[in-house]
Order: sequence, then structure tokens, then C-alpha cells
Amino acid sequence: MNYLLNILFLLALFVGIGYFINNIKKIRRNILIGKNINRFDHPKERFKNLLFIAFGQSKLVKRPVSGFLHLVVYLGFIIINIEVLEIIYDGLVGTHRAFSIFGGFYDFLIGAFEILALLVLVSVILFWVRRNLKKVKRFWNPEMKGWPKNDANIILYIEVVLMTLFLTMNAADYHLQQLGVTHYAQVGSFPISQFIAPLFNSMTDSSVILLERFAWWLHILGILFFLNYLYFSKHLHILLAFPNTYFGKLTTYGKFPNNPTVSSEVKLMMDPNVDPFSTPVETDANATPEKFGASDVMDLNWVQLLNAYTCTECGRCTSVCPANITGKKLSPRKIMMDTRDRLEEVGKNIDKNGEFVPDGKQLLDDYILREELWACTTCNACVEACPVSIDPLSIIMDMRQYLVMEQSAAPVLLNGAMTNIENNGAPWPYNQMDRLNWKDE
Amino acid sequence: MSEALKVPTMAQYTAEGKQPEVLFWVGCAGSFDDRAKKITKAFVRILNKAKIEFAVLGTEESCTGDPAKRAGNEFLFQMQAMGNIEVLNGYQVKKIVTACPHCFNTIKNEYPELGGNYEVLHHTQFLNLLLKEGRLKVEGGKFKGKRITFHDPCYLGRANGEYEAPRKLLEKLEVELIEMKRCKSNGLCCGAGGAQMFKEPEAGKKDINIERTEEAIKTQPSIIAAACPFCNTMMTDGVKGKNKEGDIQVMDIAEMIANAEDL
Repeated sequence: MNYLLNILFLLALFVGIGYFINNIKKIRRNILIGKNINRFDHPKERFKNLLFIAFGQSKLVKRPVSGFLHLVVYLGFIIINIEVLEIIYDGLVGTHRAFSIFGGFYDFLIGAFEILALLVLVSVILFWVRRNLKKVKRFWNPEMKGWPKNDANIILYIEVVLMTLFLTMNAADYHLQQLGVTHYAQVGSFPISQFIAPLFNSMTDSSVILLERFAWWLHILGILFFLNYLYFSKHLHILLAFPNTYFGKLTTYGKFPNNPTVSSEVKLMMDPNVDPFSTPVETDANATPEKFGASDVMDLNWVQLLNAYTCTECGRCTSVCPANITGKKLSPRKIMMDTRDRLEEVGKNIDKNGEFVPDGKQLLDDYILREELWACTTCNACVEACPVSIDPLSIIMDMRQYLVMEQSAAPVLLNGAMTNIENNGAPWPYNQMDRLNWKDE
Repeated sequence: MSEALKVPTMAQYTAEGKQPEVLFWVGCAGSFDDRAKKITKAFVRILNKAKIEFAVLGTEESCTGDPAKRAGNEFLFQMQAMGNIEVLNGYQVKKIVTACPHCFNTIKNEYPELGGNYEVLHHTQFLNLLLKEGRLKVEGGKFKGKRITFHDPCYLGRANGEYEAPRKLLEKLEVELIEMKRCKSNGLCCGAGGAQMFKEPEAGKKDINIERTEEAIKTQPSIIAAACPFCNTMMTDGVKGKNKEGDIQVMDIAEMIANAEDL
């Protein structure tokens, strides 16, 4: 009977972590639907990006207000989670505040957690105010209606609840410690919750104990719930931001990848030694010719799909997009959200059928409209703005490539410009032989 | 303009068995667009003044393929690229300077994989080099103390991280540089990139060049300095759209330098 709570705890841990791992595996499988791309090169440079951009939040703080608030919540969550280790130990072994054997250092830690918890609480409330009362514009774009809007607020509410539970738990503990109740040895320092503790003065010892236990259990169950909520939420960035910055684009923004298949075709065309009447080397007669560009998520590469899961819909990309600013439909954030939505749809299809069975839908047209793709100026502002190295532009470019190379579906004027380039080496219909005329004009 | 421009071609250099110091890649806009041709000529006047041995490809030059690539036509891009690389390698070109950030970006970043390896400089970078080496002198002249704002071209700035070269030149011209709110890595596109120059914009509430011009006008400049022929067109149109062409000029930095020297 004594062990009932420990067993319940173990069970909660097992279910909570097990379900989470199961979902992480699904995410991994979905990401690997993407095409291969080598992003394991230059490990040193990648590690540096991981360190500076993800751990150091170097891009986030470029916007000082939200950057600072985020820094507080980020540090708070990382550091306060040390406490979770103790909670897990206590829960499994049946001890109470087992880490207090560390003495003064423990007091320091608990004190630090409390101060951070308060700061997180304040920051999260300010986040909520910015989002809902101040109505910061990037949180009110059309793609932020419905679930994305609710999701963002739910995350903030969960954080408020978790921090409140943490402080309540400590306050009750402190109260009981002061009264010298058994099991509640005088350990830890409570710079914040000591001010909450007087609220319990009129309560009986047993109800404060109950409250302490209640807060302790809800806090750890809340953390397990939050962990599992991630899979259904934009909040996955707290995990995926790290790999995403590691695998981000290292080359200068201006360099767009050259398609090697096209290169070999063009080289063959330009090689004067190729016999034009020779039959091509027979490889596999049944092989499907390579598809150019992307019309669906499986045409994208795994880094682009990882990008989609990592996006936390902050909208910094969209807020700097020249097309979006001037009222066009394009929103780089929507490109990422659509990619994830479609990828999850494809994932569910695989869950159901064992493999992907065509469902008559695709990323292009059913999610991302051509009008959005053609509004992009390839200015890289979205790429620069993303605090976690997401590259919406690469998806836009791949989809344009599909439209032009597979469907010849460029806007009419663009087709004209491309024909000119083909015929006379300039996007305008001028004769190449007139290229030096300016010299004498 | 006092003397005629000296614009030798690579073919001429090769015929004489010589190699110029640098190839000036003029680009389509610089060759054909009336506004951009003025930038080309201004840059050539500076090169002539500094007695730089340069050459152009002339009729052997062809579009780098940038608009085709950004539009999604990888095949046409690589056709153009490999054609150009064949010509450039044929002349054993080592160093290229261009006044177009799009040509600059494409040749610098996308040609190497296709066999074209050159040292590529944007004209603002090249002019800075000449200054450093003492081969060119730039003094404020008529621009001294004038309120001027600089519009960062995306393909020079964000795409290649070059924010300082054009600003150093403006500093040499002793202008009063007033930055727009969105500048350097936060610079707002003029609206021409990604092949937008060659199509109509999608439906929206405003054109991008108007948005950008309004921001530039807020700095109350007498000149909007540019470093890209397409930005130049977009900003010039924007200024006209705002009926400010009487008060505000849009000038390439090369034109400013040439003008300051009365070239």
C-alpha cells in the first residue's frame, strides 16, 4: 500500500514519456519522407550555429522586447527543469526534496528557480497581452485564425498554470516547514513563495499538506501533459529549434542550389563531341524520369520538412516580407504552416494505409496557391528574420520550379521574358548584336 | 562628358595578345535599359579616369540566367550559365566586376559549381579597392553635406552580406547619410527581385516600390542612392509616383562618384 503512489507515479511517467516517444517517431518518419540532402558537412560551423542561434538566441534578441521576454522564458524553462529531476527522483523513491542533501547549493537552486518562475510568469502574461490586447500585427494575419490562434494562447495558459503550481507547491512546503510538520524539513530557500505562504495561515495542517501534494502531482502531470501537447502544437520548436539550426543553410543566402540532373543534360547538349544520333545509354526503362521542383511534401527535402515542424508561427518572416507588407497573399509563415499541415495529412494517410495512398490532394493548389508563390521577390528577408534558421524561400523556389519546368505555368509576361533570354540573351527583346551600342550613344 | 569612352572588348585584348586586369560584366540592364546605360557609362568614365585596363564581352555577353533561375526555370538558367562560362573560360577571365548585384550574385555563387570560377566584385567593392590602392580619388565635390539615403540591394546586402562597400563610398563623398528604418540586413526589397521586374505584381494594396519609396522619402533626402539598376528603376518610378521627381533624384553610387569628379 505504501508503494501505491510510487507505482502510480511510475505509470504516469511511463505513459507520458512513452506516448511522447511514439509521436516523436512519427515526426521522424514524416520528416524522412523528404528527399535526401547532405547537411552533415562542416560540423564545426553547424555546431557554432547551434550554439549561437539556438542556445544563444542570437537572432531572437534582434527584436529587443519579444527577444528579451523569450530569453527569460527560455532560460526559466531550461533551468527550472532541473527541478523536474528531483521531482522524478522523489516520486519514484518516495523521498521528499531528496536533493536537499546538497545543502547550501540546493537553497541557491530553489531560490533561483523561484525567481525565474516569477519572471517566466510575468513574461508569459506580457506575451499574452502583446498577442491579445496589444494585438501585435504579426499575430493577426489571416493564417492565424482558429487553431493557430488558440494553440498559441493554450501554450501561454499552460505555462501560467505550471508556474503557479510550482510556486504554490513551494509556498505550501515553506508553510509546513515553518510549522515543523514531519517530513517537511527546513530545506531550500523561498524568496518568492514565502510571500504566498501567509495565505495558508487559516488552513489546517492537513489541508496544506493536501494542497502541497496536489500542487506537486499536478505540476509533474502538467509537465507530462505539456510534453505530449507539443506534438499537436506549434510549440515543438522548443525541441526542434536545436537540430533545425544545426542543419540550416550554411552557404550565403544568395546561392540557390543548382540541379545536377539539369547540369548533366545541359553539358551533354553543349558537348560538340556527342554523337547526336547515338541512342542514349539504356539504364532502367521503367524508371520514372526525375520530377523537377516540388508540388507536394515528398518532393521537398527532409530539412525543409524539419523546418515545417520547427516553425512556431512567430511571424517574424511574414512581418518583413515585402509582398505581405504590401497586401499580397504570400506569407512565408503560411508556407511553413501549409507544409506541416500537408505533411501531417500524408503522415496520417501512412498510419492508416501502411504506405502513402494518393489522396487526390497535394501541397500546391490545395494548400499553397500559385498567387502566393509568384508574389515572392526572393529577397531573403524571411530567411534572415527567422530566429531558428527556417528557409521558406527554398520551398517557394522548389514550387516555382515545378510550375515552370513541369507545367510551363509561369505568368505570361515571365514566359515572354524567358523566351527573350532564350532567343536573344536578354529578358527584353533586344538583339544581342546591339549589346555594346551604349558605348556610342 | 569631355572625351569619348574607351571600352575595349575581350576580343580586342586577345587579338593583341594581352589580358586586361578585370572584365566589366555590363549585364542586360546595363546594356539595354536607358536609365541603366547611364550607370554603365558613369562607371566606365571612372575606370577610364583611373586608367584601369578593363574589357567588356560586348556582343559575346549574354544574360547570366538570374531571372530564369529565380522564376524557376533551372534549365534555361544553366543553358545561359554554361554558355557564359564557356566564353569567360575561353578568355581565361580571372576577375569580374559588375554594376548589377543580380549578375554579381549569380556569377559569384552559382557559376563555380558549373565550372566558372572567378573573383567577382560588385562595382562598389571594386571602387573601394581602387581607393584603398590609391588608384582613384573620391572627394565630396557637389555632394558634400547633402542629405542622402541608401537603399540596400537585396542581392548585394542580405544575399552576400555586403553592406559596407557602398556606405564607405558615400562616406568618401562626404554626404550626410540618413539611414532608413529598414536598412542593411533589415532592408526592404524594392520589389524587382526574383524576376518580379519582368511581370505584373500580384494583387495587393500597394506596390512594393511605393512602400519603399515612402520610407526613403521620410528621411527627406535630396538623393536616394542605389547600387543596382533594377532598384534604380523601381525607386525612380516610386519617386515619380509620389510626384517628388523635382526634389529627389535616384542615383547609382557610380554616377555620384563620376558626377562629383565632373567626369
